[in-house]
Amino acid sequence: MSNDLSHALQAQVKEALANKQTLAIIGGQSKKFLQTPVATSTLELVNHSGVIDYQPSELFITARAGTPLSEIEHLLAEHQQLLASESPHFSRGENLATLGGTIACGYSGSRRPFSGSLRDHVLGVRILNGEGELLTFGGQVMKNVAGFDVSRLMVGARGTLGALLEITLRVMPKPEAEITLRFECSLRHSAQCMVDFMHQSLPLSAMAWLEGAVFIRLQGTERVIQNAKQKVGGELMTNSPHFWQSLGEQTHPFFHAQSPLWRLSMPPSSHLEIPEQALFVDWCGGLRWWHTDKSEDEVKKMAAKQGGYAYLFRDAVPVSGDVPPAHLLALHQRLKKSFDPQCIFNPGVMGDSV
Amino acid sequence: MSLSNITRGLLIAQLKKVLSKESLLQEPETMRPYECDGLSAYRQLPGVVCLPETVEQVQAVMRICYALKVPIVPRGAGTGLSGGALPDSAGVLLVLTKLNHILEIDTQNFCARIEPGVRNLALSDVTRPLGLYYAPDPSSQMACTIGGNVAENSGGVHCLKYGLTVHNVLGLKIITVEGELLEIGGKTLDSSGYDLLALLCGSEGLLGVVVEVTVRLLPCPEYAQVLLAVFDDVAKAGSTVSHIIAAGIIPAGLEMMDKLVIQAVEDFTHAGFPKHAHAILLCEMDGAKTEVIEQISRVQDIMLQSGAFELRVAKDEAERALFWKSRKSAFTALGRLSPDYYCMDGTIPRRSLATVLTRIAALSEAFNLPVANVFHAGDGNLHPLILYDANREGDLKQTERLGSQILELCVSVGGTITGEHGVGIEKLGGMCMQFTSSELTQFLAVKTAFDEQGLLNPGKAIPTLHRCAEFGAMHVHQGQLTFPELERY
Ligand SMILES: Cc1cc2nc3c(=O)[nH]c(=O)nc-3n(C[C@H](O)[C@H](O)[C@H](O)COP(=O)(O)OP(=O)(O)OC[C@H]3O[C@@H](n4cnc5c(N)ncnc54)[C@H](O)[C@@H]3O)c2cc1C
Repeated sequence: MSNDLSHALQAQVKEALANKQTLAIIGGQSKKFLQTPVATSTLELVNHSGVIDYQPSELFITARAGTPLSEIEHLLAEHQQLLASESPHFSRGENLATLGGTIACGYSGSRRPFSGSLRDHVLGVRILNGEGELLTFGGQVMKNVAGFDVSRLMVGARGTLGALLEITLRVMPKPEAEITLRFECSLRHSAQCMVDFMHQSLPLSAMAWLEGAVFIRLQGTERVIQNAKQKVGGELMTNSPHFWQSLGEQTHPFFHAQSPLWRLSMPPSSHLEIPEQALFVDWCGGLRWWHTDKSEDEVKKMAAKQGGYAYLFRDAVPVSGDVPPAHLLALHQRLKKSFDPQCIFNPGVMGDSV
Repeated sequence: MSLSNITRGLLIAQLKKVLSKESLLQEPETMRPYECDGLSAYRQLPGVVCLPETVEQVQAVMRICYALKVPIVPRGAGTGLSGGALPDSAGVLLVLTKLNHILEIDTQNFCARIEPGVRNLALSDVTRPLGLYYAPDPSSQMACTIGGNVAENSGGVHCLKYGLTVHNVLGLKIITVEGELLEIGGKTLDSSGYDLLALLCGSEGLLGVVVEVTVRLLPCPEYAQVLLAVFDDVAKAGSTVSHIIAAGIIPAGLEMMDKLVIQAVEDFTHAGFPKHAHAILLCEMDGAKTEVIEQISRVQDIMLQSGAFELRVAKDEAERALFWKSRKSAFTALGRLSPDYYCMDGTIPRRSLATVLTRIAALSEAFNLPVANVFHAGDGNLHPLILYDANREGDLKQTERLGSQILELCVSVGGTITGEHGVGIEKLGGMCMQFTSSELTQFLAVKTAFDEQGLLNPGKAIPTLHRCAEFGAMHVHQGQLTFPELERY
């Protein structure tokens, strides 16, 4: 379904401004585990949808924010392409996730260390800022340094800097084939094991540790993959795509544990004393998922001590997720004001102060 | 406007307290080498030049300037091509080249912490023996600094596959205009809160002074091979680029040179480039050896089908290095052909390469100024070099006029006025062309969030609306694009 509601949405923002209302920007509501904004009114983006421009040979796609992520992925797959960041939907199989919501949350999947993050692939955006102005930044080309990089600033800003209307993403060729290999390895040795794999010029597209084993995903042509497999050995997994999807979408049994789920972004080789069964390591060590009942203070301190940061990702009640670090809070507030002077967008989703 | 004698006296007295004698230049003769960057058509002596040796000194200088409301222009090696480091006569030129230490190479976490004055190439030189390298490789990498790279979000010949500076920076330490040290990101693959790293990369010294950078290091690929394809027609080479990408291949680098460049480069490096060719493409593949060999053969087929009349694979590592050296010395080689050159930097969608190159040739003829093309074809990032003579009456004016028409052409096919060299002082007019006044106002608001009084690199990168009004008035076809017949995307 293709539908341009830019002007109606703009009118709604202007009206909210005039009436001193606040707006909760609503997409597909897939990420229900996150705190919803505390606003007086809503700005619904789901019906502002449709792919606007897709040029496979130019490696970009432009679509409206309400376009389902799955629609984009299917279209790309038809042309042997994909979104290289492998961003999760968290839709529980219902195709709820929209492009806009995906960008606003800014999550990247297992491919992150090898093909870049979601923000790395954002080339341009069209937004409504807090004054109801329609603004375009970036474009459809990879190299573009005209003006500040507002497009990438929007990624992960959770809608607090403006309502995303259109997004242009870089797309990548889909590898011909993939396989996943499993290697028995203790958590303690996993960091060195991953470092060693990194130095072997393998066509890697994911590397994780779970339940006593390191998993590597290789991609490329059949020949390249077979060659690499001969070089490193390992046990061939039969259901590679399903395995990575279940980890990315957090449907894997690991995520069924009852304790709150913490997300820790860490220097890849840093060591944390965490019980093995409560931990899943992605991004070659750069991302750790930890089920624990420890206090917020304790987890955050543990991560910070090793040069990382942590936030509560899922709990029995909705969580606020990532909030600005204290030393950058003032700057965040000023930036927020520069886009949304009256603070009408998504109050409370990034902590109380932004 | 220049510094009043009173302010200058006060400023120097205070700077003397925090900087050594050699780190404070105040005489015209000693400041002369700093009067311009790579865009030498613009020159200006600064109020004073500071060359701090420590982060604390940077901080102290910033505090002094902030208290006295003196503008600051940061500068790295001064290789920038848009006048971003052009001094302010009423301000301090803050040169960061003495902050040139590699603080840490972390092989376990694939990163390095370095000071902003470290030269781009110096970093990879040190890390290569450890099997690691820093991917972004601007042609100026022998000289340019990492701080400058961050400020410009520089690219290089390998950024098609490995990304620009923004994709390879994990953390930054900046000194704010008030003199506060802020730490953003670190050794992690993402950072908490807004993506300030993205905002700071390419901010041209307008938002803060970079005093430390954590960059990502990549494992050196097992094998790399470069293919040289020769064409009798620039447009054919242009469409070949699209065909390669359309086939689902992302080369590590894909560069193009036209006839003028080939001849200049060949005279300079003797790499054996065919001087009769109208265009050549350099296409590099890297990775696992089997993968590279497979891809090279696929690319060879595509190139032949697209009309290449000669193909050559570098016969050994030495020849591969020579091919790239030739590519990277193109600007220098052209510099020997002409007293001056003016380097443009527009990016266009690849599909428009052939059309735009043909239009540029026509414009070059109409203006009677030679234009050489050597560029990052895989990214559609053009570098038309206009050859001119600054000593010839009116040449510079004509050159700038031609340049601005080339940029208009880039914008009109859906591209941008600058792919990697930045806006600086040079493309302020182009900014008015590419952005609406609300968009520019938004940029200015972002600037204010970091630097309320506008003391950091004032007058660069983001034009005021007032300035755009002036610029508009200068144009005969106000608000009208030069090529209305071209399809808009
Ligand atoms: C022959 C030649 C080839 C080139 N090839 C390329 C290329 O392939 N790709 C490419 O992208 N560029 C290229 N350039 C342009 C230039 O080299 C890059 O823009 C480079 O990053 C500038 O680095 P620098 O240290 O010389 O910075 P400078 O020129 O000194 O400064 C550039 C800008 O950065 C700001 N700045 C510098 N240091 C800091 C700091 N520590 N903190 C905050 N702001 C700072 C300055 O204020 C200025 O606005 C080329 C230039 C030449 C002369």
